[in-house]
Amino acid sequence: MNILIQATYFLAAALFILGLKQMSSPVTARRGIHWAGVGMMLATLVTFLAPELSDNPQAFTNYILIIIAIAIGGGYAWVTGKKVAMTDMPQMIAMYNGMGGGAAATIAAVELLKAQGEVAAGAEPAGLLGALGLQSPALVPANISEAMGTDITILAILGAMIGTIAFSGSIIAWAKLDGRLNTSKLLPKQQLINLVLALVMVGFGVAVFFTGDLMPIVVFFALALILGVFITVPVGGADMPVIISLFNALTGLAVGFEGYVLGNAAMIIAGTVVGSAGTLLTHLMAKAMNRSVSSVFFSGFGTTQVASAGAVEGGGSMKEIQGQDVGIMMAYASQVVIIPGYGMAVAQAQHKVWELTQLLTEKGVKVKFAIHPVAGRMPGHMNVLLAEAGVPYDLIYDMEDINADFQNTTVTLVIGANDVVNPAAKNDPSSPLFGMPILNAEQSDNVIVIKRGRGTGFSGVENPLFLLDNTRMLFGDGQKAVNELIQAVKEL
Amino acid sequence: MIEGLAALYIFMLAGFTGFEIISKVPVILHTPLMSGSNFVHGIVLVGAMIALGIAENPTQQVIGFIAVLLAAGNAVGGYVVTERMLEMFKASGKKGAAGEKK
Repeated sequence: MNILIQATYFLAAALFILGLKQMSSPVTARRGIHWAGVGMMLATLVTFLAPELSDNPQAFTNYILIIIAIAIGGGYAWVTGKKVAMTDMPQMIAMYNGMGGGAAATIAAVELLKAQGEVAAGAEPAGLLGALGLQSPALVPANISEAMGTDITILAILGAMIGTIAFSGSIIAWAKLDGRLNTSKLLPKQQLINLVLALVMVGFGVAVFFTGDLMPIVVFFALALILGVFITVPVGGADMPVIISLFNALTGLAVGFEGYVLGNAAMIIAGTVVGSAGTLLTHLMAKAMNRSVSSVFFSGFGTTQVASAGAVEGGGSMKEIQGQDVGIMMAYASQVVIIPGYGMAVAQAQHKVWELTQLLTEKGVKVKFAIHPVAGRMPGHMNVLLAEAGVPYDLIYDMEDINADFQNTTVTLVIGANDVVNPAAKNDPSSPLFGMPILNAEQSDNVIVIKRGRGTGFSGVENPLFLLDNTRMLFGDGQKAVNELIQAVKEL
Repeated sequence: MIEGLAALYIFMLAGFTGFEIISKVPVILHTPLMSGSNFVHGIVLVGAMIALGIAENPTQQVIGFIAVLLAAGNAVGGYVVTERMLEMFKASGKKGAAGEKK
């Protein structure tokens, strides 16, 4: 039986790696997730046969509990995952990731509590028998690390810490992206408090290692939970994808560590692969935004916001334009670049945008899509939406490939994007966005911004692009606005 | 089962594997891949099942139950979301290929 279980875990680990490999190419991506899914299914089923489970006196109750828990947790995720709109994908990824982190942390909690129970149980008879000299002290674990083994204890505590932070952090990320939590300020001197909190938490982690008491374990987990919240609340705007990706990597790592604790190779391999892949992905994202991962992790976003907002205000005013005029402008343009952002996703305007693109192409206008690395709320998010609408790959350009081309562009159409075209990132050192590479929309002859209202973007930073002389604002819902453009182009 | 040093080698090799997989990914697949890797660490479900399976008292059972609940959410949710995203790539891939033939 053991051979069967081990062989299945081996197969599952291989399927995960092959699946992820295939997911890295658009052609084989779908097969990739299916392979990984088969691996997961096999690993889950075979775990029911594990001798650790059937040897337990509580086996029957536990089997029932496992099935109920899978039904509830899996059922909830199935329904929400099927129902969620494409635009809300990022926060759902954050949510499911948080659940994984929480699972890794709770596994560590079970293991630590078991060891703590052994120490506590050993302590009482040791008092009596030890006094009589009947029991050698070496047989009774004096603390948790002795009960579990040094290496296992260290990794269990590390995994617990990382998993718990990823859990509470991801839940906060979900709440912020879902619009349930709008505050970015929690406490003054947040960074200092976080640092102190982290040190105290590590202190309690060490205490868990060296003692057999229940109290340090509870405090340790509570502090890790709070730290995850404190780290994530100040993060806002464009930094959100980075922090979600980071939590994804951290959860992977925590899973790998707990895999070692349980002696489960499949968990070690899958967790570590995700941990390293996620770390690299996080780094790539942060690099695209010209922010270091540590600055995202440890600093609040928008602390200098007030100063820059004041600087912008006197600079000019927004100039409105009607859809009719924009349509004519675009129909006679030589090149149109469309910059989609989260607003397009919210308005579900991607299909209309593709319709407009086809109309313009028929009229001989060259249409290109410019995708900022963090457009939407995650890298690739816009590509997914445009792919959904049927826009072919060869019209979609990355930032590096298109930025030099804006000079040759007649009309740049910005739909629901804001921070990624904010020139303050280039020339206003006081702006919180300063240093982030942006799409050079302002270099084209005309910039049309489709926007719902006059408010700021997701990061809450004012955008001087909207005030430039070659910029016109087309206020309204993205889908309606694009519809107007389609009508205008058709009528020509 | 997995002893100290062997585990260290597994950690190292798996680490390099993950690095290698990601380094060749086009930007358009970053979100699906993040979601896909999110699904893969849903393997924590296996560990959660064992943690609940070896639980001996109600406290451990409650915590283990939560572990399985959360892990199942991670695995199932990760799969469903990734599948839905990649489904679109298939559709657009076909259209894109058709467009190239023109």
